[in-house]
Amino acid sequence: MATQILMPALSPTMTEGKLARWLKKVGEEIKAGDVIAEIETDKATMEVEAVDEGKLSSILVEEGTEGVAVNTPIAEIGGGDGAAAAPVPQKAESAPPVMEAPPKSTPQAVAPLPIAASAATPEPEKDWGPTKAITVREALRDAMAMEMRADGDVFLMGEEVAQYQGAYKISQGLLDEFGPRRVIDTPITEHGFTGMAVGAAMTGLKPIVEFMTFNFAMQAIDQIINSAAKTLYMSGGQMGAPITFRGPNGAASRVGAQHSQCYASWYAHCPGLKVVAPWSSADALGLLRAAIRDPNPVIVLENEILYGHSFECPTADDFVLPIGKAKIERPGEHVTIVAFSIMVGVALQAAEALAEQGISAEVINLRSLRPLDTATIVESVKKTSRLVTVEEGWPFAGIGAEIAMQIMEHCFDWLDAPPVRVHGLDVPLPYAANLEKLALPQVSWVVDAVRKIV
Amino acid sequence: MGKDDLLRAYHDMLLIRRFEEKAGQLYGMGLIGGFCHLYIGQEAVVVGVQAALKPGDQVITSYRDHGHMLATGMEARGVMAELTGRSTGYSHGKGGSMHMFSKAKGFYGGHGIVGAQVSIGTGLGFSNWYRGTDNVSVTYFGEGASNQGQVFESFNLAALMKLPVVFVIENNRYGMGTSVERASASKDLSKNGAAWGIPGLQVDGMSVVAVKEAAEQAIAHCRAGKGPFLLEMKTYRYRGHSMSDPAKYRTREEVQKMRSERDCIESVHHLLTEQGVDEAEIKKIDDAVKAVVQEAADFAQSSPEPDPKELWTDILVEA
Repeated sequence: MATQILMPALSPTMTEGKLARWLKKVGEEIKAGDVIAEIETDKATMEVEAVDEGKLSSILVEEGTEGVAVNTPIAEIGGGDGAAAAPVPQKAESAPPVMEAPPKSTPQAVAPLPIAASAATPEPEKDWGPTKAITVREALRDAMAMEMRADGDVFLMGEEVAQYQGAYKISQGLLDEFGPRRVIDTPITEHGFTGMAVGAAMTGLKPIVEFMTFNFAMQAIDQIINSAAKTLYMSGGQMGAPITFRGPNGAASRVGAQHSQCYASWYAHCPGLKVVAPWSSADALGLLRAAIRDPNPVIVLENEILYGHSFECPTADDFVLPIGKAKIERPGEHVTIVAFSIMVGVALQAAEALAEQGISAEVINLRSLRPLDTATIVESVKKTSRLVTVEEGWPFAGIGAEIAMQIMEHCFDWLDAPPVRVHGLDVPLPYAANLEKLALPQVSWVVDAVRKIV
Repeated sequence: MGKDDLLRAYHDMLLIRRFEEKAGQLYGMGLIGGFCHLYIGQEAVVVGVQAALKPGDQVITSYRDHGHMLATGMEARGVMAELTGRSTGYSHGKGGSMHMFSKAKGFYGGHGIVGAQVSIGTGLGFSNWYRGTDNVSVTYFGEGASNQGQVFESFNLAALMKLPVVFVIENNRYGMGTSVERASASKDLSKNGAAWGIPGLQVDGMSVVAVKEAAEQAIAHCRAGKGPFLLEMKTYRYRGHSMSDPAKYRTREEVQKMRSERDCIESVHHLLTEQGVDEAEIKKIDDAVKAVVQEAADFAQSSPEPDPKELWTDILVEA
């Protein structure tokens, strides 16, 4: 029985090629692995190896022929033991070249889900009962301690988290309580230890990885995105990474361009991640507990300046906040101001100043950036008809740009003015005190932005 | 290795070879797309190491991964169906050649970023250490990855914490088209962990017997809590880096010489003959392997493509 040799595809994009040269003649015996021909594509000249055995009985495409389509029969082998039979030609014909494969289903069959944004009606904030004032630093430590007490699979690792008690004293006391197996000092090698934590998470452990700042996590961002965020999808749901990445994000105070960047839009861009950005102590406690419990990779963007700030925080043992829910910090009627992290405080001060001028601003604390609580923002804008976003990071493709677009999509007709963005200036953050101050959003910037549209 | 072990190794290596040949064939027909990195030539490495492992041990590697999957016992049909992008593939068609996983078989991928699996594999060893088991993580990477920064970061972490990780460098001489001589200032890669006190061995990776012996030594070291071990397997890939490889960086004679003089399957065939196994018994294995591979290829072509709804599943675990 004759077996056809087909024009092979030799690269992901090849649809046709030139049959440059035959290295075997009709009548010659061919063994598997023998080079039988040379093919030229736009990329390179490549050799074609035989996969079948037997005598070459006929050559169907002469050498020198250009534009030979993939899967065209180019020769026939007439013999062999028949055990390693070549592909059946009918099947080959039904298999289109790689790049021309038409989608089997209509695109309409796949409705793009608003995966990074919920559009449901917002629910009111739960009342958690009594509160007391604690610092954001204490809230973060308590969140880790509570979750480590509750679950032996949770552990903390990072630079200076154990014996030094934390570069910013967030992990104070944890080594004493949980010991060196669960509170682990790492060398200053973000790439390696982040990959190690991701591997541990793939087996079901629940690491908390502290980055001394998120600026240093750039060394490890391949492991965060390519390994932690994508594995669940690439494995068809078999294994993912229940892991928390946390640390200070954004500007601190005169630490220069390399230690002052906001990574909110970088991480919020990626499917497979959740991203939260606490402002108050309650945010910090409730969101970090939720992050540690979450079976997905969660980025917790903290702020160094806020660590020492005190806020009232629920004392209930089971206090936790849902990821994906924003909080209306101050109700208002004339304009919606959306902020996250340290900019929530700036927005609230601006609202206070605006009130003195007779303007009632509603301030939304996003808490989560991915999934984004679009519903709460939309509800608010439908009431106020005006939107101002405030963020410390750069404007281009930033969180403010995304929120403005969400508002276009969901409530364009309710807007009485174009949305306005307040953001850090589009420059690497300078060191000089006056320059740094000029580059970061101030209360007056927010007031001015509101005054432009109200 | 006794007769039964050799027969098993012969079967396992032949399964990988025939599987890869079939995959190359389906690629040529346009049924497999994208990147497809074949393992032909290197079969003795995974088969020899796997023979020294026990249940609960973990395996992780790069994108030249089909052989590792088959060695851990993952089914040929599920791997082939993933290659053709079908719903019955190990990742439901969402991973492809470079991204398959099996928790049940201890296989943790299938990673496409050169070197990334080395720190993840160190984390698998960390997990064994954290949980107090005596399992080990076998972390494979090529000589091309061996100079990645995170590989050395991982050596340091594993040695510092005495993690049970067997680092296996599959030195097949070429990182894509660049020979190891042109890419690595270190000439004896088994000594690459020396700065961290990681013991290493250079092993004839074309001999399944030598691989198994070295793996047993390395694994015993790790199980005893003595920290990581490094094995450099001197091996060779017969095919190109991926399917589109013009193969101008080495001579055809070099490839032919390895194939005819050092082939890992042929040499086991020879050992079996010496031990008095007759050709009929070997032919029976050949036929059985061919049947499994043909069945896998049929399954991979007849299975349906993933439902469009699969686009939106497995992005996040629903809490």
